[in-house]
Parts: sequence; structure tokens; C-alpha cells
Amino acid sequence: MNLTLKIWRQKDSKTKGQMVDYKVTDISEHMSFLEMMDVLNEQLVNSGDEPVAFDHDCREGICGMCSMYINGEAHGPDRGITTCQLHMRMFNDGDTITIEPFRAKAFPVIKDLVVDRMSFERIQQAGGYISVNTSGNTQDANALPISKHAADEAMDAAACIGCGACVATCKNSSAMLFVGAKVAQYALLPQGQVEAADRVKNMVAQMDLEGFGNCTNTGACEVECPKGISLENIARMNREFLKASIKG
Amino acid sequence: MSVLDSKVPKGPIKDKWTDYKNHIDLVNPANKRNIDIIVVGTGLAGGSAAATLAELGYNVKAFAYQDSPRRAHSIAAQGGINAAKNYQGDGDSTYRLFYDTVKGGDYRSREANVYRLAEVSANIIDQCVAQGVPFARDYGGLLDNRSFGGVLVSRTFYAKGQTGQQLLLGAYSAMNRQIARGKIEMFNRHEMLDVVLVDGKARGIITRNLITGEIERHSAHAVVIGTGGYGNVYFLSTNAMGSNATAAWKIHKKGAFFANPCYTQIHPTCIPRSGDYQSKLTLMSESLRNDGRIWVPAKIEDAKAIQEGKLKPTQIAEADRDYYLERRYPAFGNLVPRDVASRAAKERCDAGYGVNATGEAVYLDFAAAFQRYGSEQAKLKGIKNPSKEEVIKLGQAIIEEKYGNLFQMYEKIIAENPYETPMMIYPATHYTMGGVWVDYNLMTTVPGLYCIGEANFSDHGANRLGASALMQGLADGYFVLPYTIGDYLSNDIRTGKIPTDTPEFDAVEKEVQDKIDFFLNNNGTKSVDHFHKRLGKVMWDKVGMSRNAPQLKEAMAEIKAIREEFWKEVKVPGSGSEMNLELEKAGRVADFLELGELFAKDALVREESCGGHFREESTELDGEQKGEAKRNDKDFAFVSAWEYKGEPADAVLHKEELEFNDIELKQRSYK
Ligand SMILES: Cc1cc2nc3c(=O)[nH]c(=O)nc-3n(C[C@H](O)[C@H](O)[C@H](O)COP(=O)(O)OP(=O)(O)OC[C@H]3O[C@@H](n4cnc5c(N)ncnc54)[C@H](O)[C@@H]3O)c2cc1C
Ligand code: SF4
Ligand code: FES
Repeated sequence: MNLTLKIWRQKDSKTKGQMVDYKVTDISEHMSFLEMMDVLNEQLVNSGDEPVAFDHDCREGICGMCSMYINGEAHGPDRGITTCQLHMRMFNDGDTITIEPFRAKAFPVIKDLVVDRMSFERIQQAGGYISVNTSGNTQDANALPISKHAADEAMDAAACIGCGACVATCKNSSAMLFVGAKVAQYALLPQGQVEAADRVKNMVAQMDLEGFGNCTNTGACEVECPKGISLENIARMNREFLKASIKG
Repeated sequence: MSVLDSKVPKGPIKDKWTDYKNHIDLVNPANKRNIDIIVVGTGLAGGSAAATLAELGYNVKAFAYQDSPRRAHSIAAQGGINAAKNYQGDGDSTYRLFYDTVKGGDYRSREANVYRLAEVSANIIDQCVAQGVPFARDYGGLLDNRSFGGVLVSRTFYAKGQTGQQLLLGAYSAMNRQIARGKIEMFNRHEMLDVVLVDGKARGIITRNLITGEIERHSAHAVVIGTGGYGNVYFLSTNAMGSNATAAWKIHKKGAFFANPCYTQIHPTCIPRSGDYQSKLTLMSESLRNDGRIWVPAKIEDAKAIQEGKLKPTQIAEADRDYYLERRYPAFGNLVPRDVASRAAKERCDAGYGVNATGEAVYLDFAAAFQRYGSEQAKLKGIKNPSKEEVIKLGQAIIEEKYGNLFQMYEKIIAENPYETPMMIYPATHYTMGGVWVDYNLMTTVPGLYCIGEANFSDHGANRLGASALMQGLADGYFVLPYTIGDYLSNDIRTGKIPTDTPEFDAVEKEVQDKIDFFLNNNGTKSVDHFHKRLGKVMWDKVGMSRNAPQLKEAMAEIKAIREEFWKEVKVPGSGSEMNLELEKAGRVADFLELGELFAKDALVREESCGGHFREESTELDGEQKGEAKRNDKDFAFVSAWEYKGEPADAVLHKEELEFNDIELKQRSYK
């Protein structure tokens, strides 16, 4: 198929960006979206132009590196996948595709479609861990049984890949789904209990500091999340937060 | 006499590590504060090392090319991690894990290292559970296990199909705690481009800030490399797009020997290639072989019809299917080690029995598992006389619970529902057992320069068993390096900060800068990918699953020619003082173009078949094992460690002879 691409080009964080049109031809429906971008970039390099910068690495939907806002949707039109898992069979010959970076105050653009997600890192550093040193004499892994149900639920929350689609999708640029997933994972496990109150308070405080917006329960994040992280995690975080606030 | 000293401690194998720990020099906590360590790479190996070293009190500077440690390629590991816990009571033990790993590696690994790995494996699981890693559990609340290829016990721990992700997030959380305390300084989006030696010791690195393009100097008392494997030398592999050999290759050029480059693992269960535009290959976890049966049509006319799209696999009667692994290897069946499974698939496809348009695919079929699990569930749920459909449905639900994300991934890529039609799979490059040579302390041939994780050569011999790389990465980082590096650093407590305004740093920085300037000013006519793809094709065709001397010689000559053309014709747009992805790729491909030639040379010198390295000249000629790989212990029971001498073809071979005192050398048989 032949396509027109409207792509956001921006030299660096200080320069203003703009949409630029490109054409690609002979795109196979079996290509992934990023392979289509490779074709464009090869074309640009061969004609002496600068290729479009975009983040990607694993290309199998797990590293969370790829981003892109495609035709007004984070990770594009398909559901339950990242941009790197999107295939061209989702598009038709002659389509015009608009490709922009994830937009949020807390995710400044670095170049073209690449954004800076260091705010996510700082939130994790504020409390996204259990304080246990590596010693080689930790208690036996089976000493403390954990119900299958709790373990499965914790796993579902822990499946977050930190991509930021939830933020990019939310009209308030809220990071509640991302933070809620981490808080919930630990809240569901006995190992997470000791630091539960401090963890939720510190992570939420850092989230606010980074300039993410408030959650107004639109649920858009859950719809766009490639890993199916459920809104239930936000509810659980709110309960944890309330509990922590009451304790003081 | 070789210059290689493996520094394996004396004494019985089961006491070596304990005795070693009891006798090494320690650095007291107050002095650790005065010691800096650079850790390059924050995957499972580097991430766990950085966190643990910081917990101990050292000042750690950690580097990754991605925007977060959480994105290292360890994240993509699906299947699981081994540990000798014997929770299933099926006869597992430290010795058995050690034995399986040495045997699986086709007797080409160092016994003492592997024993230590098996010994600390149980600690890893304890540590990860304490960190909040949500491993799968059974209904009694205890940890669940699955079994992987090449072994007869269930010792693999897993977190759905995302074990690597969960383990990495565990190490990442431990790092975050230390970053918050200021004990780790994290440099994301930074690429190490060379190492700096002072008086023969590793004392720093030169990096490029991938956002601003700035070339930076970083110093430390020791440097640890944990930058992963070099599978992308094949262009197509299951590695991430950015996975590279640059750090490993650069330290090789500065004196670290490179061991066994030809030992590569071609994984049997990957999604087949669909076209020339393909940028990477996707693994379907090996755990699928627990429940899937591999087959091709038994009749060549059926295979042809399938290739032409005239026949569907579900239309082929049971009797007309060739479950070739079960046929050839009745004892292990679909669970033979990876190298054996891969070659068997290639053999069938080369003979014309492949099942997609390219003829390079075989089926992985779950129909029998749906049936088996379904009947079991029907019984458990007390459903009397369930219909066939009901049984299948119940069975599918169990498979979905076990492998749902893999089935979804497959469907997204191939656009076929694997619950209805068997999956198609084909082997792809996956893991590199070879890597930087290290001694028992995980130190390279350069003092103060360590190498951990997939980047080193240490524990897997000529073939790695499933679920053992995660184990090795975390063993190195959490439990081995933190001891061994202390022994070395105990001599550095009075050294003081290492300055970076020295001639040594000046010289290496200039080398790095000159190369960048060269790329940007070369004005060639061809893109970096153009050369990478050509290299990959030579590697796959001539240094792939099956190798012979004439082709290996051709490969060496062809790679050299591509390399020479690369330096004349490569084109890199943009500037050096900004984010420039083509420039990053150019540096990495330049290194692959050298490594590839050494790889072929190593394969040429090793005139035996062992593990992932199959030489057509070395097969069993008769008997039950006819046609199977033939190892030659008399002439080749050594590690090939290559010393850099300029051109890759001029590299000098040093042999570390392998001694087997605790395991009897046997031809591997999975019959
Ligand atoms: C798809 C897939 C599935 C797998 N499944 C399993 C499994 O189920 N079980 C198992 O045991 N093993 C599995 N493996 C193998 C295992 O995942 C890897 O061997 C292991 O995770 C490697 O870890 P590592 O820490 O050595 O390297 P990596 O995780 O690759 O980390 C490399 C690090 O180095 C950094 N880096 C690289 N180059 C530079 C540079 N020049 N400068 C700065 N930083 C750099 C990267 O940013 C990254 O942080 C799988 C591998 C793949 C590809
Ligand atoms: S919650 Fe979902 S959308 Fe948000 S960062 Fe995690 S995986 Fe991405
Ligand atoms: S590139 Fe890793 S999730 Fe898309």
C-alpha cells in the first residue's frame, strides 16, 4: 500500500517543532508499524535527509521504550498492544497517518517523536521498592505462603511496562494508573506491608511534584494501556493513600 | 604455557566457593565509601551488581543506553529462571543442576564456575521473593515450577510469561532505592564507547550522552561490563534492536581476551520470517515445548500443498504427521536441548517438509494439550460425559492461563489464531554463550576490568539450557561479583579518586572523537543498515546452524570485504552534537563487522561439533547416533580465548584446558 505520513519533527527540546508530510510506497500489510518507519528512514538517509528519531528497542511489546501518538491514539488504533506490535494490516492503501510524540507537561520532547520520561523514574525512586538488602541469607522463598489469587493479582499489576500511554491519553495527563500499578503490586504482597504507608505517600507526593494532572475517572488510561492494567489499581492506591493518611 | 590463569580455588568442588569467601580480603565499610565502581549495563547482571555494590557502600556509577534500567533486554525473557530448590521433591539438588548445566553445555564450561552457579541459585529465588517479585504460585500458596528443555526435573520458577520482566523490575527497584540514597548515580541514555587503562588497570570509560552528543570521561577504581550478548551480529535475532557488542569488543581491543565467539544459540521456537523488511525476530518461549508437539507432514506432497496454501494443517490425519523429535529422541521428545531441536527443524525443512510459503517453518501443535488438560478439568469440575467441544474449551482455558500473552503476541504478528491452527515456528539466533573471557573472579585479562551476565563466556559452555541465563545474570550480580571485586579493591583503599585530566583519558577520548568525526564526514552512499543486513546474511548462511571449513573461509573473506566497503561507503547524516540514532548504529555495526570475522575464525579452528557449534565434518558415522554431532574431547576440550592483534584474522589463540574431575565426559544422548 501507499501512504501519506504526517510526522512531528522537532530538532531538540529548545526548538519549536512542526508537522511534516512524507510519502511511503509499497508497504506490505505484514510489516510492523516500526518496520514501515524503518522504510521511511532508509529513504530519508538515502536522500541525504535526517531520519525521524523515535524510541524503540525490544520490538515485542515489553520494554516500554516505543511511544508515538498515532492518529490521535497512544500506540495507535489496535488494542492491548504497543506501537512496535502494531501491524500495517490495521491501515488501508491511500491512508494518511498522523504521528506525534506522547504529549504531557511531564514528558518534554527530546527530539521528533522521542520524549523524556525521567519523571516516571523519579516516582519509582521515591518509593517503588521493598527495602531488603542482598545478603544470601534471606528467609526461604516458601516460608511465607501467598495465596494464588493475591500473587496473580500482584502479577497483573506488575505487568506495567512504564510506557506512559496512560499519561499521554489522559486529558489531565494523570499518572495515576502507572503509580497505582506499582503501589497495588506491593500492597497485595505480604513483603510490601512494612513500608506501605510511606511508599504510597512518597510516590504520590513525587507524582504531584512532577506536574502530572489529577485523576477525574474518565478511564481513558485503562482503554489505551497496552498491558491491560486495570482501574482497580487506582482504587486500591486511593484506599492505601487514605489508610496512610489516617495513620498520619 | 598459556597466559590464562582461571584462578579456580583448590579443594573439593563443593567447598571451593565457601573456602574462597572465607579467605578473601575484605574492604571495611568506611573504606568502601572511598571507592568508586563503574557498572556498564543495567540488565539483570549489571542492575543486580549495581544495587548490591551500592548496598555494600561503594559509590556506583551505572550506565545504560535506554532511558531507564527497566528497559534492558533482560525484560524480554519469558520462560523462567532455574534454581535447585527441589520444592517439587523430584530429586533436584545442587549437584544435579551443576551436572545438567555442564552436560547441557556439552562439556565445554568450567566446572568450578558452574558448581558455584548451582550453589547460589536457591538464594536468588529467596532474594527475589523478598523484593516482591510475583512468581507464579499453586493453590496452596507455594511457588510453582515448570520444566525446561534438556532436564528431567521441574526447577524453573516463572512469573507468567514475563519472568525476565519481573526479575528485572526487582533489580530495578533495588537500584531505585540506592539511586534515591545517592549511592548509585544513574546515567541513562549514555553509551560506553571505550575503556581507559592506567598503568595496565581499568580506571575509567568514555561515554557519549545520547541526548546531547557530549563525550564524557568517567573514572573509577574498577569497571564492570554487563552489556549483554552479541546475537545481533546476525542482524536478525531475538535481541533488542539496540543490543550490541560495542563495550565487549572495545575492551577486547584494549586487552581483554574474547572467548568462544562461535558458541551461539539458535533457538528452536521463534516466529518464522515473513519478508525482507523484517527488522527482528520474536521468540515464542521454550516453555511452550512443555505442552506443544512439534511436527511436519510425513508426506512430501502434503508439505508441498501446505506451502502452496492448498492444504491446512488441521486437515492432515494423525498418521500422516511426522512428530520428528518424538521419533528421533524418544527419551526427551519435544524437550530435547535447543541446539538439537533447532538442527532437527532445519533438517526437515532442508529436506522440503517446511510448512509455510518460504518452506522454513514447522508446526507447534497444542491440540493434544487442550485434550489432556480439558479432560482433567472436566473431572475436577465434576462434569459427567463432557462433549468434545467442552473438553477442548476447558483445556484451552488452562493453556491461556499459562501462555496467554504468548498466544496473543503470536496472533498479533501472524494474524492467525493459534488456539485453532497450530503455531508455526522456526529457529532464530537468540543467545551468545561466547563472550569476554573471565577467570573465577569474573575478572577479564585486564586487571580491574570485570565482565558479567551474557557478555562473558563463563557458565554455559557450548550450549545454554533454558532458564539458565537469568540465573547466571543474577548470580553474577547479586552473589558472586560483590565478593570477588572486594578482594581486588582491598588493594585500592589508599588510591584516592582517579583523576580524568590525564594523558590516558585524553588519548582514548581522542580515539572516540575521531571515529565519530569520521562517520559524520564520510559522505558515503549506503546506510548503516545496508551493511548490517549484508553481514547478517553471511553469518546466517555460512556461520549459522551448520558449518563447514570451505564456507567458514568464505565467510571470513566476505566479512572483511564488507567491512572495507563499510569504511569507504557508509553514510551517516546529522551532527554529533544532538541525538543521532544513525551515528549510534554506525559505531555498533563497525564493531559487529570485526567481531563477525573473529566469530567465523573461531568456528573454523574448532573442528569438532559441540553444543550450538555444529561442524558438518564432525558427525557420528554409524550406530544409533548416526548423523548426530560428534564432539572431540581429545583435541578440543579447551576454551578458545582470543587475543586482539589488529585485524580480526590475526587474533592469537590461547587455550584454557578444561578439566573434568567431578563429571565424567560422555557423548550427549537424548535418545
Ligand atoms: C526474547 C528472549 C527471551 C529470553 N528468555 C529467557 C528465559 O526465559 N530464561 C533465561 O534464563 N534466559 C532467557 N533469555 C536470555 C536472557 O534474557 C539474557 O541472556 C539476559 O537477560 C542477559 O542479561 P544481561 O544483564 O547480561 O544483559 P541485558 O539485559 O541485555 O542488558 C544489557 C545492558 O547493557 C546496556 N548496554 C549495552 N551496551 C551498552 C553500551 N555500549 N554502553 C552502555 N550501556 C550499554 C543496556 O542498556 C542494558 O542495560 C532470553 C533472551 C531473549 C532475547
Ligand atoms: S499503566 Fe499501562 S499505559 Fe501506563 S505506563 Fe503502565 S503499561 Fe503503560
Ligand atoms: S519497542 Fe519495546 S515495547 Fe515497543
